[in-house]
Amino acid sequence: MAIEKEKLLDMYRTMVRIRIFEEKIAEDFAAGKIPGFVHLSAGQEANPTGVCANLRIDDIITSTHRGHGHVIAKAGNQYSLAPMVAELYGRKTGVNKGKAGSQHLSDMDIGVLVAEGIQGTALTLAAGAALTAKLRGTDQVVVSFIGDGTLNTGRFHEGMNMASAWKLPLICYCENNVWAESTNIYDVTNLTNITDRAVAFNIPGVSVDGNDVLAVYKVAAEAVARARKGEGPTFIEGKTCRRFGHFQGDTHLYRSQEEKDECMKRDPIPRFRKRLIEMKVLTEKEADKIQQEVQEEMDKAVKFALESPFPDPEEVLTDVYA
Amino acid sequence: MKEITYQKAINEAIDEEMKRDPSIFIIGEDIGKHWGGSLGELAGLFDKYGAERVRETPISETAILGGAIGAAATGMRPIAYLYFDDFLGVCGDELINQLQMKYMYGGKTKLPLTITAYIGAGLSAAHQHSKCLFGWLMNISGLKIVAPATAYDAKGLLKSAIREDNPVIFLEHKVLLLSRSTSQIPNEEYTIPLGKADIKRGGSEVTVVAIALMVHRALAAADKLQEKGISIEVIDPRTLVPLDKQAIIDSVKKTGRLVIMDEEPKTGSAAGEIAAIVAEEAFDFLDAPIKRVCAPDTPIPFSPVLEKFWMPDEEDLIKAINEIM
Repeated sequence: MAIEKEKLLDMYRTMVRIRIFEEKIAEDFAAGKIPGFVHLSAGQEANPTGVCANLRIDDIITSTHRGHGHVIAKAGNQYSLAPMVAELYGRKTGVNKGKAGSQHLSDMDIGVLVAEGIQGTALTLAAGAALTAKLRGTDQVVVSFIGDGTLNTGRFHEGMNMASAWKLPLICYCENNVWAESTNIYDVTNLTNITDRAVAFNIPGVSVDGNDVLAVYKVAAEAVARARKGEGPTFIEGKTCRRFGHFQGDTHLYRSQEEKDECMKRDPIPRFRKRLIEMKVLTEKEADKIQQEVQEEMDKAVKFALESPFPDPEEVLTDVYA
Repeated sequence: MKEITYQKAINEAIDEEMKRDPSIFIIGEDIGKHWGGSLGELAGLFDKYGAERVRETPISETAILGGAIGAAATGMRPIAYLYFDDFLGVCGDELINQLQMKYMYGGKTKLPLTITAYIGAGLSAAHQHSKCLFGWLMNISGLKIVAPATAYDAKGLLKSAIREDNPVIFLEHKVLLLSRSTSQIPNEEYTIPLGKADIKRGGSEVTVVAIALMVHRALAAADKLQEKGISIEVIDPRTLVPLDKQAIIDSVKKTGRLVIMDEEPKTGSAAGEIAAIVAEEAFDFLDAPIKRVCAPDTPIPFSPVLEKFWMPDEEDLIKAINEIM
C-alpha cells in the first residue's frame, strides 16, 4: 500500500508532537507545575498515529487515562497544542475549561468522545456512538482505544458483544504495553495471544507491531474500510511498551531493567525516521527541522498555558445541565 | 378528555414522541416483539417502529446504558430501558461517572437521554426487584429524577423527560403500572414541566410530601384524618431533581407542620433531603418537629407479611401526624 509523502510526513510530525508533549509534561509535572496526576504515552506514539491517519475529523474515538497521544493524533497537526497544555495546567483556556485535566482531556469538536479514567465503559459508549452512525446511515467509524488492562472488564465483553451482534462500525484497538498499572497481563489471563478474544465475538482479531507506525497504519486501514462498508467490528492488538511508569512518579520497579532497555531500543520514532530517510521521503536535516519546529510549538503552548488565568471559581457551577 | 391507565400513559408518551422525533429510539431487554416490556407497557411499539428503533438487547445493562449514553452524546435521543431500578447497580459507572460528561468536558457534550426503570415494593418481588433508590439517585450530580404518581403526570412528565437535553431517570412504580385505575387526560397533546410539584389535595394543618405510590397512601390517610377534623395538604413533588422547594416551603408556611412519606430506608432518603431543606429554609415557620415516614433501614423482604410491615402505609402516616398535632 503506497502512502503519499505528505501523509507520511504528517504521521512523523504527529509522533514527534506526542513525544515532545509527553516529555515536557513529564518535566513540568516533576517540577510540581501540573496538579493531579499524569499518565504518559511516550513510546506508544505509533498506535494512535497509525490508526488516526485513517480517520476523518467526523469519525469518533474514545480515549483513556493515557490519552494525550490519542487526542493529538485524532486532531491532526493543525490543531494547536496550547489549549491541551492549558487544560493540564488547570487553566481557563484549557480544552475542557480546566474541569477535565490530563486524565479526561477530550474534545468532541475533533471527535474525541471521552477520555476515561475507569476502564471498560468506553467500549460501551463507543458501541453507542457506532450505533448512532448506523441508525443515521452515515459511514462514520468509531475507534475505542483501550489498554491491555481493559480486556478483563465485563464492559469490554458487553461492548464488543453489542458491536458484533449489530455489526457496528467499531474498532477496538488495544495498546498492549503488557502492564496494567503494575500487573502483567499474562499473569492475570490464560492467554498467549490476546487477539484470541476476538474469536468470542466472531470478528477479525489482528495483532500488529505497535511500534511500527506503517504496520499499524496498514492494519487499521483494513479495519476502517471494513467498518465503513458496514462489515462490522475488528479487534486489533498493537504490541507496544511505555517508556515511563504507569503514572508519573511510578518507579516501575516491577519491570526488569532488561525489559525497560528493550523498550527504549524499540523506540518507534527513530525507527520511522530511519525508514523515511531510506524511503527518501525525509532528510536528516528536514527531520531535525521538524523536531525543532515542534519543540518551539510546545514551548509556545506552555507559555500560553502559564500566561492563562485560572478559571473563575464560579465556573464550578456551570455546565451541570444543558 | 379520556380515561387512561398509568401503563397506557407511558405507552402513549413514548409513541407520540417517537412519532414526532426520528432520533428517539428505545434500547433494552424484552422491549420488543414478544413482551413489549415485561409488564407490557410498550405493547405495539415494536410493530409500529421496528427493530431498529425498538432495539432489543441481551441481558447487558452496562451496554444498554453505556450504549445509550454514547448514542446520546453523538446526536441521538435514546430511551434506555433499564427494567428494574435495582439493576442500576450493574451500571454504576455509567450513572456516577458518565452522565456527567457535559460538565467534565467543559460544556461541549449534550446528553439527551431518558432512563426508565421500575421501582417499588408491594409485589413480593424481594430485595433485588423492589427498591426505589430515590436518595441514592439524588446524590448523583447532573441527573434529573422523575417519579410520577398518576397516569396524567406520567404521560406529561415522560414527554418532557424525553425532550430534555439532560439525562433524566423516569421511575415507574410497579404497583401503579399494574393498577387498573385511571386518570383523566386531555385528548390533545400536553406536557408537564420537570421541577413543578402538584398539590394533590389542599389542606391547612399538616403538609404531607409523598412520593410516587406513597401519594395514594397519603391521600387515603388524609381522607381518614378529615373525618377526625384534621386537614392535610398532600404535595406530590413529581420530580425529585429538580425539586420544587418553593411549593413545599409555601405549604409549610401555611400549615406549620411537615411529614414526608417516602418508600425507602430512612437513612439517606429523599425524605431526609426534603426535611433538611425545610429545616434550613423554613425553620421559623415550623410549629412541630419534621417527621419522616419511611421504611426501616433494612433490605426488602419477600413474604407479604414482612413486606407489608416494611412498606410505609396509611397507619404509619396517621401515627406520625398524631404525634405532632
